[in-house]
Amino acid sequence: MNQWKNFTKGFIKENPVFVLLLGMCPVLGTTGTAINGLGMGLATTFVLFMSNTVVSLIKNVIPDKVRIPSYIVVIATFVTIVQMVMQAYLPSLFESLGIFIPLIVVNCIVLGRAEAFASKNTVLSASIDGLGTGLGFAFALTLLGAARELLGSGKIFNFEILPEQYGMLIFILAPGAFIALGYIIAITNRLNKQKA
Amino acid sequence: MAKLESTFRNMLVALFGVTLIASASLGLVYNVTKSPIERAELEKQNNAIAAVLPQFEELGTAYKKFPPEGRDSVDIFPALDQNGEIVAHAVKSYTYSGFSGYIEIMVGIDVNNTITGFRVLRHAETPGLGSKMEQWHNDTEKPGQNIVGRTLNEEGLKVSKDGGDVDAITAATITSRALMDALNRANATVSDLDSYTGATPVNN
Repeated sequence: MNQWKNFTKGFIKENPVFVLLLGMCPVLGTTGTAINGLGMGLATTFVLFMSNTVVSLIKNVIPDKVRIPSYIVVIATFVTIVQMVMQAYLPSLFESLGIFIPLIVVNCIVLGRAEAFASKNTVLSASIDGLGTGLGFAFALTLLGAARELLGSGKIFNFEILPEQYGMLIFILAPGAFIALGYIIAITNRLNKQKA
Repeated sequence: MAKLESTFRNMLVALFGVTLIASASLGLVYNVTKSPIERAELEKQNNAIAAVLPQFEELGTAYKKFPPEGRDSVDIFPALDQNGEIVAHAVKSYTYSGFSGYIEIMVGIDVNNTITGFRVLRHAETPGLGSKMEQWHNDTEKPGQNIVGRTLNEEGLKVSKDGGDVDAITAATITSRALMDALNRANATVSDLDSYTGATPVNN
């Protein structure tokens, strides 16, 4: 039951985007469309899962004073692997995510989970936490991407829902990201409050 | 197992070990993905060449040529008909003046300097705005914004804000302007080439 809690807390209670407000740069930058948000979210999920597992595995052989550089090397390695694999087998997604993939390295949610959770817990808990947090991140990015795509160009996942001329351009640009994010955070806070 | 002490030796060994394993695994993945990446890029380029050119028999030898102005050479792929005559060129051109910098395009230009098609190969324009350039300037129902089928002259194409007759993408004029720059660069390079080899444009 405990592991299940570990897994689900990343979705609502400790959602990295809506509650912890970590890693805002890719959140605002990549969520112009739902598919970009989903791709970025899944890439981050993979990196989080792998880095959390590995950091938890090696936590005892890494002396405290060099733990941050060691974790960053682990994270950067997985990000580069994701980048090369994506470039080789999913070239079109790689193109639309472009420069945001290398930026996963400096996404504070990844290092945050490694430092705050994986380095203090068992391998199983850490990998489940990584997966849960990552999927929560992917969920948040997809939701935000879908909302912005719908309001901005009348589509979701490229399916036309409203005619494009009704779209509000601002939602595709950065200011729209802040506005949409603000509303979603308000809704999540409201939901969390009801539960408590 | 107790945590290792932060002595100089332990830190050195730990960091060395971590980086060694990291670089070894990266090298492995690099080797595995190297040829698929190259294949994907080549396939993309070939698809783009086929998409932008009119009917042709075979591709001639590709070569690089320096444009009259610009920082880098462009790649030119001549398309030949069954008699070995050049019917059009596919030109891989570029511009640095996009809203987010570099844009690379493949454009087909026939011997009458008419654009037969274009594809955007690489860009970093704003999603939903500048990223629409390929569909926008390919829209045959809107002659104002469509550029395929236009004949390029020495002045080149310009967006209407600059006194030309191409309707730029709504809220992304800079992207359209950059695209025109890349197209004009392609045309200038190819046209220059005709005078250089002494070949005269042939009607086909």
